[in-house]
Amino acid sequence: MRFERREHRPLALIILTPPLAIAAALVLSGLLIATAGAPVMEAYWRILVGAFGSRLSATETLTRATPLMLTGLAAAVAFRARVWNIGGEGQFYLGAIATAAVGSQLLAGAPGYLSIPLLLLSGAVAGMILLIMPLWLRLRFSVDEVVTSLLLNFVAVLVVSMLIDGPLKDPLAFGWPQSQSVADAAMLPKLVARSRLHWGFAIALVLAFVVHFVQSRTVFGLKSRAAGLSPEGAVFAGVPLARTLFLVACLSGGLAGLAGAVEVLGVKGYVTTDLSPGFGYSGIVVAMLAGLHPLGVVLAALFTATMFVGADGMSRALKIPTYIADVTVALSLITMLVAVFFAQYRIRR
Amino acid sequence: MTETVLEIDGVSKSFGDNKANDAISMTLARGEIVALLGENGAGKTTLMSILFGHYMPDEGCIRFSGADLPPGRPRAAIHAGIGMVHQHFSLAPNLTVLENVMTGTEKLWSLRSEAGRARAKLKALAERFGLAVDPDARLGDLSVGEQQRVEILKALYNDARILILDEPTAVLTNLEAETLFGTLKEMARQGLSLIFISHKLDEVMAAADRVVVLRGGKVVAERRAAETSKAELAELMVGHRVARPIREAHERGEPVLEAAAVSVRIDGVDRLKEVSFRLHAGEILGIIGVSGNGQAALASLLSGTLARSSGDILLYGEAIGNLSVADTVASGIGRIPEDRTREGAIGEMAVWENAVLERIDEPRFSRRGLVDRAAAIAFAETIVRDFDVRGGGARTRTRLLSGGNMQKLILGRNLAERPRILIAAQPARGLDEGAVAAVHARILEARKAGTAVLLISEDLDEVIGLADRIQAIVGGRLSPPVSADEVDARALGLMMAGAWKKEAA
Repeated sequence: MRFERREHRPLALIILTPPLAIAAALVLSGLLIATAGAPVMEAYWRILVGAFGSRLSATETLTRATPLMLTGLAAAVAFRARVWNIGGEGQFYLGAIATAAVGSQLLAGAPGYLSIPLLLLSGAVAGMILLIMPLWLRLRFSVDEVVTSLLLNFVAVLVVSMLIDGPLKDPLAFGWPQSQSVADAAMLPKLVARSRLHWGFAIALVLAFVVHFVQSRTVFGLKSRAAGLSPEGAVFAGVPLARTLFLVACLSGGLAGLAGAVEVLGVKGYVTTDLSPGFGYSGIVVAMLAGLHPLGVVLAALFTATMFVGADGMSRALKIPTYIADVTVALSLITMLVAVFFAQYRIRR
Repeated sequence: MTETVLEIDGVSKSFGDNKANDAISMTLARGEIVALLGENGAGKTTLMSILFGHYMPDEGCIRFSGADLPPGRPRAAIHAGIGMVHQHFSLAPNLTVLENVMTGTEKLWSLRSEAGRARAKLKALAERFGLAVDPDARLGDLSVGEQQRVEILKALYNDARILILDEPTAVLTNLEAETLFGTLKEMARQGLSLIFISHKLDEVMAAADRVVVLRGGKVVAERRAAETSKAELAELMVGHRVARPIREAHERGEPVLEAAAVSVRIDGVDRLKEVSFRLHAGEILGIIGVSGNGQAALASLLSGTLARSSGDILLYGEAIGNLSVADTVASGIGRIPEDRTREGAIGEMAVWENAVLERIDEPRFSRRGLVDRAAAIAFAETIVRDFDVRGGGARTRTRLLSGGNMQKLILGRNLAERPRILIAAQPARGLDEGAVAAVHARILEARKAGTAVLLISEDLDEVIGLADRIQAIVGGRLSPPVSADEVDARALGLMMAGAWKKEAA
């Protein structure tokens, strides 16, 4: 058996790759469900019902998809330009804590139309700063940003726990490490009444289109793609490499930081260290499942959120651990990577 | 009659609709050097990949010493005694020479290293074939020529009796190439059989006993090297007579680009030392030299990607500072980089994107940060049409173009803008004869239209055929110019060896 590189990739193949990968992941996790002694088809049905069966569950799924869309976009724009931002989780937390800090200390009394944009911005800026550091190290000293951005996740989370147990600690939280809350006026309005679904979902959706437009239509999009594909070729064509990658890092870090800000302003109002069940890391899976396409990110985030939310319902009904959702999402990353490989190569015997 | 060691019998292989190999048959005798000659895309590399087991043939078979070789199994090929020296070496730069040679030969489960025995064997092989190399040197520290020696030694270490070399001279200097051919002949004398792939007529004539010419995936001719000529081979290879265009007499104009004692220093190393030249409109100034003598720095300096440390540059008679790429392009300087796949074009981007990338900030291709796709694609389509770029249109991924067509694209995006100056570094390197002629014709056309061309090249024939005046670059220094009409290849060889320096001293 041999692998040969495909010279022409049919469009159908590119579009079908993610669904096939997800199908394969579902079959594989089906084996695990069967091993656990539950009926596989019913389990999947329960997941679907759990995610979309009621008004409450559907809005909950969309709420869960919101930060995933943003962290997914963050990973996708960075990976497109070959900036390996693995630090989405840290940028998410730093964005969240910056929002909580500014919202509870500086803008506590400001009206919503003023504080919401400013708070979203401060979250984004915090995320940017956390990614600019590894990028600077890469440009200046050729330090691999995979390692530095990944390790900064732990630094960021520790900084957050220090702050919420120290200067930002909420005195009314019965001693739990929890930050002070932003003012109610600064909370994002609900998109659907009597649910947790907030305007952050619309913001994320709009941003997906904006990112798509930037990447496909703007000079910056063209230059950042060139910089990612071939640094030497880009430099020869006059693309300012450092400046372009710097802007890419700002965009990517900013989106991940914004995810944190949106989660604070849309759902909780304050920060705890379990604010994110790995949104930053899942964002990488989402971006890969989407083939790094901004609009694909929306669908991939919906799939991931469906698995996570639906697995709760399934678990209650069939007594299977909710970990099956994590396993399925993780498997879908692996199957996607395999599928991408087969989309690029063909097998010859 | 000498014994036949290898027989390729009716091998065919298609990629989609493209028949890369069409019923190819050839033989190789013991102690023989066969050159596989053909243009890029004639199917040479495909054939050798089939022979080595990288590809499965659709039809046909390969016999090694009379026995069928199982197809599609590199391991079987290695085991049978076929060694391959790739164009891009398959060696690990962070390992030593000895470790590289031994890679893949030791049993995975063996606890004992065979380094001692391997060292002795490597030494014996190196002596036997005159391939001197230090077994403990780190591969990354070796020159390209030495790395190739290691690659050959690795094949010999695996007891190869047939050696396939894929364009072995593509990365070598002329001197290194001559040494290589000496080694190949010695190996043949000692009973090894060799196939080398090439599209360079000179080396085929110099090194091979027999020449097999491929064209369009078919064997079109087979000649003994002693009974043929370069002209005949060129014709067989291309299918019709090709003559490289030669410059005609032409009045040159005002000086447009002058350098006076320009030096470039990178990390404490002098890349260019007090370089001076004067380039006139409507002339071609050839810069010859063995690669690695500062050509890359000179080209980068004039292309706007490298800053000078001292010296003056006058553009159109005015002193200028260090120009950025954008300034360079905007002031009418066209640039053809030495390495088209690394710098000249970005393979994964579309042809139109590569056509406009260096001009994307100009108002005709973008407004307020938005790319004007229609204008960019139209520009690319003009280039594709006017410069005869084949194998795709404006939206094709550039990687899918052949080397010659990619070069036509790069040439086109420069010449379509009627540059006043053209900096051309190795513009015809690695191209087949037909494409070389096309590129040369375009450069001469530009000269006639008044463009000043700085031609940096290692190919003497190219420089003699095109340039009006010639300067040699040696160790980062430029010789004084000589008129191309007054020198021959021998005199140029002396210049490239730095002979003028003694006169000056």
